[in-house]
Amino acid sequence: MPERSERFAARAGRELRREVLIEPLAELGLVAFDGPNDPVPSLVLEGDHVVELDGRREEDWDVLDHFVARNGIDPAAAREAASLEDGEIARRLVDVDCARAELVRLSRGLSPARLARIVTMLDPVELMFALKKLRARHAPANQAHVTNLKENPALLAADAAEAAARGFAELETTVGVSRYAPLNALAILVGAQTGRPGVMTQCAVEERLNLRLAIQGLVTYAETLSVYGTEAVFVDGDDTPWSKALLASAYASRGVKVRFTSGGGSEALMGESEGKSLLYLEARCLAVVRAAGSQGVQNGSISCVALALALPGGTREVLAENVLAAWLDLEVASGNDAIASHSEIRKTAKLMGQFLPGTDFVTSGYSSMPRYDNMFGGGNYDSHDLDEWLTLQRDWQVDAGIEPLAEEDAVTVRERAARAVQVVFEELGFPPVTDEEVALAATCLDSRDLPDRDRAADVLAGDRVLAEGISGLDVARALERRGLRDVAEAVFTMQRQRVAADYLQTAAVIDADGTVVSAVNAPNDYRGPGTGYRLEGARWERLRRLPHAVDARLLGAPPPSEPLLRAVGEARALDAPDDVVIAVGPAFAGALGETINGLAHGVVLAAIVDGVQDGGAVPRVVRVRRSADVAFIGHDGARLAGSRVAVGIQSKGTALIHRADLQPLDNLELFGMAPLLTLESYRQIGLNAAGYALGRAVSPVPTLLDNYARAKLIVRTTLLHAREAAEVVRGAPAVEVAPVEISAAV
Amino acid sequence: MTDGILRRYPLGRSGSEVRTPGGLALEELSLDDARVTRDELRATPETLRLQAEVAEAAGRPALGANLRRAAELADVPHDVVLDLYTALRPRRATAAELEAWAVRLEQRGAVCTAAFVREAAEVYAARGLLA
Repeated sequence: MPERSERFAARAGRELRREVLIEPLAELGLVAFDGPNDPVPSLVLEGDHVVELDGRREEDWDVLDHFVARNGIDPAAAREAASLEDGEIARRLVDVDCARAELVRLSRGLSPARLARIVTMLDPVELMFALKKLRARHAPANQAHVTNLKENPALLAADAAEAAARGFAELETTVGVSRYAPLNALAILVGAQTGRPGVMTQCAVEERLNLRLAIQGLVTYAETLSVYGTEAVFVDGDDTPWSKALLASAYASRGVKVRFTSGGGSEALMGESEGKSLLYLEARCLAVVRAAGSQGVQNGSISCVALALALPGGTREVLAENVLAAWLDLEVASGNDAIASHSEIRKTAKLMGQFLPGTDFVTSGYSSMPRYDNMFGGGNYDSHDLDEWLTLQRDWQVDAGIEPLAEEDAVTVRERAARAVQVVFEELGFPPVTDEEVALAATCLDSRDLPDRDRAADVLAGDRVLAEGISGLDVARALERRGLRDVAEAVFTMQRQRVAADYLQTAAVIDADGTVVSAVNAPNDYRGPGTGYRLEGARWERLRRLPHAVDARLLGAPPPSEPLLRAVGEARALDAPDDVVIAVGPAFAGALGETINGLAHGVVLAAIVDGVQDGGAVPRVVRVRRSADVAFIGHDGARLAGSRVAVGIQSKGTALIHRADLQPLDNLELFGMAPLLTLESYRQIGLNAAGYALGRAVSPVPTLLDNYARAKLIVRTTLLHAREAAEVVRGAPAVEVAPVEISAAV
Repeated sequence: MTDGILRRYPLGRSGSEVRTPGGLALEELSLDDARVTRDELRATPETLRLQAEVAEAAGRPALGANLRRAAELADVPHDVVLDLYTALRPRRATAAELEAWAVRLEQRGAVCTAAFVREAAEVYAARGLLA
C-alpha cells in the first residue's frame, strides 16, 4: 500500500462520506429502475375485462393486481395505448403540444410496468419538464411541519402562525404521546388561522383518532394512508387496497381532504420487495392510489429517500416517482421532508428536481422550526435554511411556496397566535398557558428555551377534548368571547368549508379569502413558453424582496465630510531621481472618502507617503483624471515621476507599483485584494516604491488571498467603481494635488 | 350538464345552493347563531354527490367513485364506519360477514359501497385474506 494521500483523507472526512453508497443488489430490491426481476409489461383485455397484467394471468394476480385491474384501467385507453410505442408515449410526455389531459387519459390504459418503463426513458431534464407540464394545480405550493419536543401549545401555535404567514398552504403536526393529539391539532389550527386564514392543517396520528379530530373540526386533511407495492408489505401493514380505499371514503364523508403516502424503498426496507425495482413497485402503488380514488399522494421515496439515494440513479428515480404520480393526475406532495443526505450540496441537488418544475407541494413537510424540534424524523430543510430557500427562489425566479417575512412581523404574528391559544385554554378550562410561555414562544430558538409544562394535566385536557366533543366551532366561539374576532372568524370559516367540501377535489388549497383553489378551477394550463404558471408581477415582487436584500443606492463609501486634496495645477514630469509619484484615482478623497474595507482615504495616503519617505524618496501626489483603471492610473503616474516609479491607487483601495518603461497592463507589484490591505500594507507599498526608485533590491510586499472576497464584495466593488468612473474626465491631464490636511497617523 | 356542474364549482361560493344537514344556507352560518352547531358544519350526502359529479365532469372517474362512497357513508354512524373499515382489513371477516355488510349497506341505499365490499370479498377469497 502506497502512502495515504492527504487529499483523499480530507475528502473522506467530509459529511458526504457518512453515507453508504452501494451497487445494485436486485435480489433484495435494491435497484432504482429497470430491475432484472421487473416484469415485462403487458395488458391483455377480453372485451372490457382485463385478463393479464404485466405478465400475470388473472389466476396469478395478487391483491394489488386485482384492485388495479378492476378499478384502475380504462379499456378504451388501454386499446389506444396498445397501438402506441413506448417511445412515442415518452415523447408525448415532453411534447408541449400534447395536452396534459390527453396524457392523463392515456395513463389509464397503461399497466404499472409499462408506466415505469416509459418514464425511465426520460433523462433528468426531461423528467423535470414532464413534471412541470403534468402538475395538477396551476400554481405550486408548499407544506410545513410544525412540532416541538415539549408539545408546548404556545410554541406550536406560534410556529404554525409564522409558517402560515410565510405562505405554506398546509401545516402538519404529530405527537410524541398520542393523548396530546387533540391539543396539538387545536394549537396549530388556532396558530394557522392567526397567521393566514385558509391554511389547512392535519395531525398525523392513528386513523381512528384522526377521524375523531376531523369530525370535531380540528383538522382538515390527512396524509397518513400508506400503500405499498407488494402484497406482503401491504398485508403486513394490516391493510388491503380495499380497506385503504374505504378509509379514504370514510375521511371524505367527514369532510377530510386525503392524500395517500407511498414511496420507493419501503418494500426493500421491510424485506418484501420480491426483488423488484423501486420505480416499478412505486408504479404499482400509484396505480392503486388512483384506482382507490385518492385526489393525491405524497411520494418520491419520502422516509426511505436515503435508501434510494444509496443506489445509482437514485435521485433520478425519486424524481421519476413524482412524474408518474403527476401523470396519473394525482396531486403530488413531492417529498424533500426526510433528510436526504448529510451533504448540503447533494441534498439541494436532489431538491432541484422538484423545486424548479414546481409541484403541488414542493416538500411534504418543510420544518418550520429548528430540526431539533422536528418529530417527523424530518428537517431536511428547517427554519435555519429559510433565507437560503428564499434566495434560491429569487435566483431562479421560481415559486417554491415560501414567502419572505420581516422579523418584526414574524415576532408579532407568533405572539398573537400564542396569545390566542392562551385565551382558548383559559376559556376551555385547560391548564394555563403563562405569559412567559407566550413571550418565549414569540422569540425563542426552540422548545428548550420554554419552561416545562405539567404534562399530566395537559393530556387530561386532551382527553376532555375527545370526551366532551370540543370542536373547532367551540374554539372559534372561545376566541370570539375574548375579542379575538378575526382569528375566531378564520377558525369558523374553516368549519364552514366543511359544508361545501370543495377542498375534496384534486390539489385543493384555500385562499385567504376562503376561496378553494384546486385542479378543477385552477388547473395547470402549461402549453409552452409564455403559458402556465409563471412567477411574475406582484407575486415575483413579493418573493424577490427579501428582508436581507439592501438598496444598492445606500451601498458604497460616503464622500469625506471636508475636502482632503486641492488641485495645485497640471501635473508636470520631473527629472529628480528620488521623485516618486503617488497617483490617485479620479474620485479619491473627493467623490469617495474611504476604501472598500473602510480605511479613510486621508490615512491611506498618509501611510503611502510615510512609506515613500521612510524609503528615502520624495513623494508627490497627483490625481489621474482620464481613467479609473488602476493600471493607467499607476502608469500615468510613473511617466510623470522623476524616478519613473509610481504607486497607483483607486478609490476602492486597489493599488499597484508601476514603472514608466513597462506596458500599462504590466506592473512591478499588484495589490488586487483591496479588502485585505491594511494601513501597514499601504506603508510598505510606499516603502517598496521608494526602493525601486532608488535601485535597491526589493522584497515584494507580502499579500494575503481570500477567494471569497469577490463573492462577498463584488456588489460593493461594482458600485464603488461606478462612482470612480463617473468622475473620469476624458482626455484630461493629471493634476498635482496637495493635501489640505494629512493626519500623520499610521 | 357536465359543463354546468363545473361552472358551479366551487360549490361554496356565494349564492350557492349548498345547505347544511339542517337546511341552513352558507350565508346564514354565523358564529353568533345558536342554530349553528358542530353537526350542522358538515357536508350532506347530496353535497358529496355533487362533488362526485364535479370530479367526474373534470375527468376523474375514480375520485368520483370515492366521493360517491363518501356520500353513502356520510350519514352512517362513526363507529359503524370504523367497524366496516376493520372488517375490510386482512383476515378480519369471513365471506359471510362481508356479505352481511354488503346487504346492510344496500339496505341503507349505499349501493356503491356494497358493491365495493363484494368485490373485496371475491378477491379476499382468492388471496386468502378472509378470516
